Amino acid sequence: MVSGGVSKFAKARPDATFQKIVKESFDYAMNDVPKLKHSMIDGSVVSYFSDHFTRQLMAGIMATDYLGLCPKPNKRVEGGGATGGLCFQAGWEAVASGRMNVCAAFGFETMSHVPTWKGNEFIALASDVSFDYPVGGFYSGYYAMMVNRHMHEFGTTVEQLAMVSVKNHMNAYGNPYAQKRRKLTIADVRNSAMVAYPLTLLDICVMSDGAATCILADEETAFKLTDHPVRITGIGTGTDMMRMADRPHGEVILAPNERKSDYRNLKYPGVHSFRAGRSAGLQAYKMAGITDPLKQLDFVELHDAYTSSEIQTYEDLALCKYGDGGKFVEAGYPFMPQIDYGMKLPKKGTIPVNPSGGLIACGHPVGATGLMQAVFAFWQIQGSIRKHYGSSELQLKKANRGLIHSHAGTGTYVTVSIMERGW
Amino acid sequence: MARKNPVKRPAASSKFEELMTGTTVFNVPLPADLKTLKGMSPIVIKQPYHIDYIHSYGQDSPFFAGLSNGKLLGTKCRKCDYTYATPRLACAQCGRETVWVELPQSGRVHTFTTCYFGGEEFLKETPFHLVLVEFDGVDTLFLSRLLGPSLPEEIRIGMKVKAKFRRNSQLKPTDVYFVPSE
Repeated sequence: MVSGGVSKFAKARPDATFQKIVKESFDYAMNDVPKLKHSMIDGSVVSYFSDHFTRQLMAGIMATDYLGLCPKPNKRVEGGGATGGLCFQAGWEAVASGRMNVCAAFGFETMSHVPTWKGNEFIALASDVSFDYPVGGFYSGYYAMMVNRHMHEFGTTVEQLAMVSVKNHMNAYGNPYAQKRRKLTIADVRNSAMVAYPLTLLDICVMSDGAATCILADEETAFKLTDHPVRITGIGTGTDMMRMADRPHGEVILAPNERKSDYRNLKYPGVHSFRAGRSAGLQAYKMAGITDPLKQLDFVELHDAYTSSEIQTYEDLALCKYGDGGKFVEAGYPFMPQIDYGMKLPKKGTIPVNPSGGLIACGHPVGATGLMQAVFAFWQIQGSIRKHYGSSELQLKKANRGLIHSHAGTGTYVTVSIMERGW
Repeated sequence: MARKNPVKRPAASSKFEELMTGTTVFNVPLPADLKTLKGMSPIVIKQPYHIDYIHSYGQDSPFFAGLSNGKLLGTKCRKCDYTYATPRLACAQCGRETVWVELPQSGRVHTFTTCYFGGEEFLKETPFHLVLVEFDGVDTLFLSRLLGPSLPEEIRIGMKVKAKFRRNSQLKPTDVYFVPSE
C-alpha cells in the first residue's frame, strides 16, 4: 500500500453525490504520493454495500468514470458489512496476481437518503427474508441475542461492553475524520436509550455518508512512489451461514496459542462467537507467520459495529481465549497507552484496538468502512498520524505491524489483513 | 409494558424531528454570474420508492403449510443424522438433500433480546422479544417471537417455552410464536 484517503464521515452530505465524495478520498490519496501519476493506475476495484441506499444500480462504474479511470479494468465487490475489507483484498489480489502494478481500491456508502429506521430495514434485508427478516427485521436485535448468549456462557457484563464504547469514543476525540467525538463514562453508555436489550444507543455504530480509497502497488513500483510503503503480509477471509439459527455447536477451531483442553465444555461457535472471524484470522496469521498475536501485533483496527462484537472479536482473533474478552477489556489491554480514560486500567496499552475510534465513533458508511480501517492503519504504521490528523495524539510509538478486520452481519463474511512497515 | 413511540421526542426537546415531507417548488433562482455557482446550496428532492415483490418460498413452502396446520416442520440429513430446526433442503455439512420431519413443540430459550426499536416495518410492534429456541434432539435453533413476559428481566436462558400458532395464518414465519411453559 502506497497511499490512502478518507472523506470526513458525516451524518449527511447533501452537498455532494457519491461520486464526488469518492473523489475527495481519491484525490487525497493521489496528493499524498506526488510521484504517482494518474496514468500509472492500471485499474481499480469499487465497493458499496446496498443498492437500496444508493437507489442507483451500477453506481460503481459511475464512481469509476468520475475518477477518470475508464476504460481500465474495474469491478464491484460486495459482502455486507465486510464490503470494504473484501474490496481491499480484491485490490491486493489484482496486484499479487500480477494483473496490475498499481490498483486503486475505493468504496463508499451514502446512507442519509432515508431516515434511520428505514435504513435499519434496508440493512435487515441482509438477513434471510423468508425466515429471519419477517420475525425480527433488526440487526441490533440479532447482535443483542448473540451477546446475551456470550454473557450467559462466559459472564461478560454490560459494563465491560460500555468500556469499549468509552474507549472508542475517547480515541476518536483525536481523529478529525470521525463522526462522533465524545468523552463518555460507563454510566453515560448504560443510561442512553435501550435499543435491543442489553445494547444501548451508545453500544451501536451510526449511519454515515463517506468514502475511502487505498492505492496498492507491487513492491518495485511502491518504492518508486514512496519511501514508506506498507507491506500486506497476511490475508484471510472467513464465512459463515446467514441464519444464526443454523450455526453449528461443535468444537473450537484452535489458534496456534490454544489447546483443546482450554475448551472442554464449550460448544462452538453457537451464536456467541464468529467462526468466520476465527477462520479469517488464522489464515492471515499463518500467511504472516504470526503464532502469538498478542505479542506479535502492535495494534488492531477491528469492526466494532457493536461493542459486543468488539469483545467477541478479541477472542476470534486469539488476542485472548474464548470467554476472556470481557476481562480483556476490563484489564485495559486494548486501550491506548497515552490517553486518560478516567478509569483504572492495569494492562493499558498492551495492544491498542481501534486507535482511530472504530466504527462506533468514526461512523460506518458500509462500503467505505473496511478501506477506512486500512487507511488509518496505513498512517499509523507510516508514523504519519500528525500529518493526516493534524495532531500526533493518536500516534502509537510502536506501530510496525497492525491487523485490520472487516465483518458482515452476523459474522457471515469476515476479512482479516495484516499490514507491516515495508521499509 | 407501556408502548413507547421511539420517533416522538419529548416536548422539552430542543430539536425538531426531521420529516420526510417537503414543499413543492417549481422554480429556483440562478445567479447571472456562473462563477458563483460552485457556492450554490444543493437541491434536494424526494423520490418515492415503493415495490410489491412476488416472493416464493420455493422448496421451503411445506414449512409454511405446516404452520397453517399447527405443525412445526424441520429437515433432517439421514447421512449426517443432523436435524435442522429452521428447514433447509440441502445439508450444510455434506450437501445432500434432507427430508422433512416434524419438530417438538416445546423447547427452551437458547438466547433472547427485547427490541425497543426496529426496522421501519416493525417499529409499530416495538417493544417485542426475539428468541432463538432450542429443542431436544434437534441440532440447530429456531428464531421466533416470545409473547407473555413484559420485560427482558422476566426472560431467562434455559426457560421452557412452547409453540402457539395463529388461527388465521399469514403464511409468514410469525404464524408460530412461543410462550413460557413453566
